[in-house]
Amino acid sequence: MRFSTDTIKDHLIIKLEGELDHHTSEELRKKIDQLYFSNNLLNMVLDLRGLNFMDSSGIGLIMGRYKNCKERKGNLSIISTNPHIERILKMSGLLKIVNLYSSIDEIIKG
Amino acid sequence: MVERNYMRLEFLSKSNNESFARVVVAAFASQLDPTIEELSDIKTAVSEAVTNSIIHGYEYKEGMVIIEATIEDNRIEIIVEDKGKGIEDIDKAMEPFYTSKPDLERSGMGFTVMETFMDGLEVESQVGKGTRVKMIKNFKSLSDRE
Repeated sequence: MRFSTDTIKDHLIIKLEGELDHHTSEELRKKIDQLYFSNNLLNMVLDLRGLNFMDSSGIGLIMGRYKNCKERKGNLSIISTNPHIERILKMSGLLKIVNLYSSIDEIIKG
Repeated sequence: MVERNYMRLEFLSKSNNESFARVVVAAFASQLDPTIEELSDIKTAVSEAVTNSIIHGYEYKEGMVIIEATIEDNRIEIIVEDKGKGIEDIDKAMEPFYTSKPDLERSGMGFTVMETFMDGLEVESQVGKGTRVKMIKNFKSLSDRE
């Protein structure tokens, strides 16, 4: 699992690559939270396009970050174009509360 | 039709073995010439079962996780077993979104994912002795695919 981060306006953008499971999600969670809170950001974008595997640990990670964003009255958005990942996202009910996009431009306009 | 084949894998309950375990089972299942989607289903289900053994069965203590897989005709049977603490109430554990460890940000989706992605799921558990999860997946034979 590799990841890179970027900040555009008040959005923390996290680009994930590789496999998101229980093992990789634990460390990732700490790093995301540290960046989000220490930089006092509002919104978060999880770009899952580079993932080739995700199990329910990924759902747990997304749900936890969603809660953090909501507490700050911010938004969490997901970018994904992988049908297998979308299937597990849909199964979890996450897509009822989190918006799914296919590119970063759709989220950050202007 | 594939002739019967069997494998057994035993490894330490470390989280970095989750990826190892699902890749091994997927490689074994490749003998059935699965579609990418079928292979992805197997990897995800195995990952869920192994993660459960590590987090819940052994609660991060050291123990052995055993995987057995059998292929025959167009189906695979996968057993994931641990000698950990066992599950007190299996029905409750299998409820979607139920987790005994919400503080660890577990989604409570593990068994639901196994049930959805596989064609059969059986869970046997004894408190203090361990848990055995049996999963079955039927592959569409090549002639059925268009």
